[in-house]
Amino acid sequence: MIRKDVVITGIGLVSSLGEGPDAHWEVLSKPGAKPVVDEASFAPYPVHPLPPLSLDAQIPKKGDQRQMEPWQRLGTYAAGLAIDNAGARGLVSDMHLIVAAGGGERDIAVDEAVATAFCTTPADEVGPALNEKLATELRPTLFLAQLSNLLAGNISIVHGVTGSSRTFMGEESAAADAVRIAAARLSEGRGGIALVGGAYASQRWDLMLLYGAGDALWRGGFAPVSARGEKGGFVGGALGAFLVLETAEHAAARGATPLAKLAGVATDAAHKRAGGSAAAAQALWRKLGAPAQGLGVLSGMTGVAEARTEEDAFLNGLGAAAVRRTGTLIGHGVEATFPANVALGALALARGGFFPAMDPADAGNGAVERILVTGFGQWRGEALALLERAA
Amino acid sequence: MKDHLGRPLVAVTGIGLVTPLAWGREANWAAITAGKSGISRIRRFPVDKLRTTIAGTVELPEEAAGAEPVSAAVRVERMAEVAVEEALGQAALGEPGAFPGPLMVGMPPVELEWLQRFELARQANGSGAYPAITRVATGRTDIYETFLFGGVGERLAAKFGTQGAPIALTTACATGASAIQMAVEAIQRGESDAAIALGADGSVQQEAVIRFSLLSALTARNDNPEGASRPFEKTRDGFVMSEGAAALILESLEHATKRGATILGIVSGCGEAADSFHRTRSNPDGHAIIGAMRNAIDDAGLQPSDIGYVNAHGTGTPENDKMETLGMRAVFGDAPPPISSNKSMIGHTLSAAGAIEAALSLLTIRDQILPPTINHNEPDPAITLDVVPNVARKVSGLRHVLSNSFGFGGQNVCLVVSAAP
Repeated sequence: MIRKDVVITGIGLVSSLGEGPDAHWEVLSKPGAKPVVDEASFAPYPVHPLPPLSLDAQIPKKGDQRQMEPWQRLGTYAAGLAIDNAGARGLVSDMHLIVAAGGGERDIAVDEAVATAFCTTPADEVGPALNEKLATELRPTLFLAQLSNLLAGNISIVHGVTGSSRTFMGEESAAADAVRIAAARLSEGRGGIALVGGAYASQRWDLMLLYGAGDALWRGGFAPVSARGEKGGFVGGALGAFLVLETAEHAAARGATPLAKLAGVATDAAHKRAGGSAAAAQALWRKLGAPAQGLGVLSGMTGVAEARTEEDAFLNGLGAAAVRRTGTLIGHGVEATFPANVALGALALARGGFFPAMDPADAGNGAVERILVTGFGQWRGEALALLERAA
Repeated sequence: MKDHLGRPLVAVTGIGLVTPLAWGREANWAAITAGKSGISRIRRFPVDKLRTTIAGTVELPEEAAGAEPVSAAVRVERMAEVAVEEALGQAALGEPGAFPGPLMVGMPPVELEWLQRFELARQANGSGAYPAITRVATGRTDIYETFLFGGVGERLAAKFGTQGAPIALTTACATGASAIQMAVEAIQRGESDAAIALGADGSVQQEAVIRFSLLSALTARNDNPEGASRPFEKTRDGFVMSEGAAALILESLEHATKRGATILGIVSGCGEAADSFHRTRSNPDGHAIIGAMRNAIDDAGLQPSDIGYVNAHGTGTPENDKMETLGMRAVFGDAPPPISSNKSMIGHTLSAAGAIEAALSLLTIRDQILPPTINHNEPDPAITLDVVPNVARKVSGLRHVLSNSFGFGGQNVCLVVSAAP
């Protein structure tokens, strides 16, 4: 089967630091960048909040905006930024789409009221009571705002992306596999252009409940990813991240300038984290077959302790690579983190530089020729992407 | 061993099936070809004050023995496990706990349900407020690992020893077909010689039934559950929610032939197209569903006239069946092949439907029997199709079946399954 080179021609990035390549380069390319943190609203869980967005610029119809909750709006917005950045508005009807999605958001007020009202109702009465309550309280349209595949659906509707549409589920792993499969399909000749990414709306109690149950959230005052001790945990970061991928020949034929080449993506899922995860990542690194010289690493380290231990073991084997833990400045955006770090990597290669230290544990300062993105999931999953300068 | 584009042909060597009709492939197929309905009154939870009180449900053995109903997440995993075991048993591929390929899991989004919320609220002294229940839930890894989207896939991958990261995916009502497409692509690109594709759904729980009901998608023919699902019929007025799972063992024809496996059929074409028209409706011109059907037939290197039968999406909503008819006439012209909807018998199994229907399409070719569309009492003059009304039909020389799956959010996937070459 044919294998074509795949390049990144557009990035759409929204984080608590702002939106777009320029805003992120401006903040992250200078030493001493500070995270934007809200420690109060979701205490004891700090979050990196969503920046103000001019939604009308990417989702012009108010009706469309009303049909979505913040998570879908953020993703649809970031997807639009990526399409604009690639200058690919005219190519959307042939553009393939893979979204990595989490759960759609719930109506928090209804959830709280219903749980409070009925939690002690006798078993034989609670069923009918719940039927009546939900049938009157649930907004019909909210169902669609909740369905995981409707982020992709909204991207099709708002931006006209209709080549194909798939939604992967499964936290960090889903995002890495979305990038891997989108690139593999282009590489083997299934289309010329694809849009891939995800979004994470960090300011949601329903997510605190899920991830908190696994003790995966950092509690208390903000601390950098590497300084979260034995307890560990991630700080949710509002993050929307989409990439426009193209075959190199497709980009060249339309005169688009690639930001970077996506030289490889490799994923796995070790069933035992302790001991198994670092070894799995080392095998993926060998599979990518890149030299360790001139390597910059954009680590998706979450801060969850066991994953951090394994990733540190893997990173220690990379020699003098310049490692940057982006989670310290933009937080952890679950399904959005891997594409966000690929976007930041493409941005750095396109600007001909790299980022100064983001976390106290970050080390290495040499010239960067290629960039490795890491993705150790909070619970499961190991993933690597390799970016090189576009030819 | 290669297709018209030089890609490895992808064979099916194992099928596993769970639906409200039965646990197991052959029992399901016997019921389907007998035109039996699996739809019944919902017994899992009280249905007082609900507009729709019927569904297809799959009870787990412990539930049948009186235990509390499990969550959708657990039901999906349990049905999936049984379907994969059955499929693996038939394919006899790999060692127990070591399957030589990846796992593609088509499943619904899962989340904490009211039972868990009530339990947490009781522990939080009667407060259902999120900060309170989040505090008492801290450290409940059982909740976390059950409701993480990656949880089901991780446990199945560990149990069956599949290779690489399992991929869980959703494309609404096309999910099961997308999972098969993903597995086919993995084999075609040489990522692996074999793969497991799975579609599973277990969403008949209170909130989901109410949500679909609020979208006016469900029929409320509660008095006659077995007659409620009426695809392509004049009086159809919505679909019936249902549950189930199907697993296919896929491998390159070369790999299957070399090891002497029985070839159940070939997944010869996959086609997809997204619609940008509306969140729940197709563009009235039907271009996306027509595109998906044509893409699948093209991908198989076939002409429309090669397709001998179509396993319909056929949900029984007024809109779907009208649009599917439009698509059929556009793709096949004046002489469309017979089309039938097994949803008339098992209801709409949502994320499982595409996989269940691909499995049934393979059995259709194996036994040369077209499953019927039951409950076809009053033909709809606008549906100008042979829907194999009420009684299964024996055929001969059937080699290629098109299986349609159209989803909310405009995600459409069609598969062509073919007899072994």
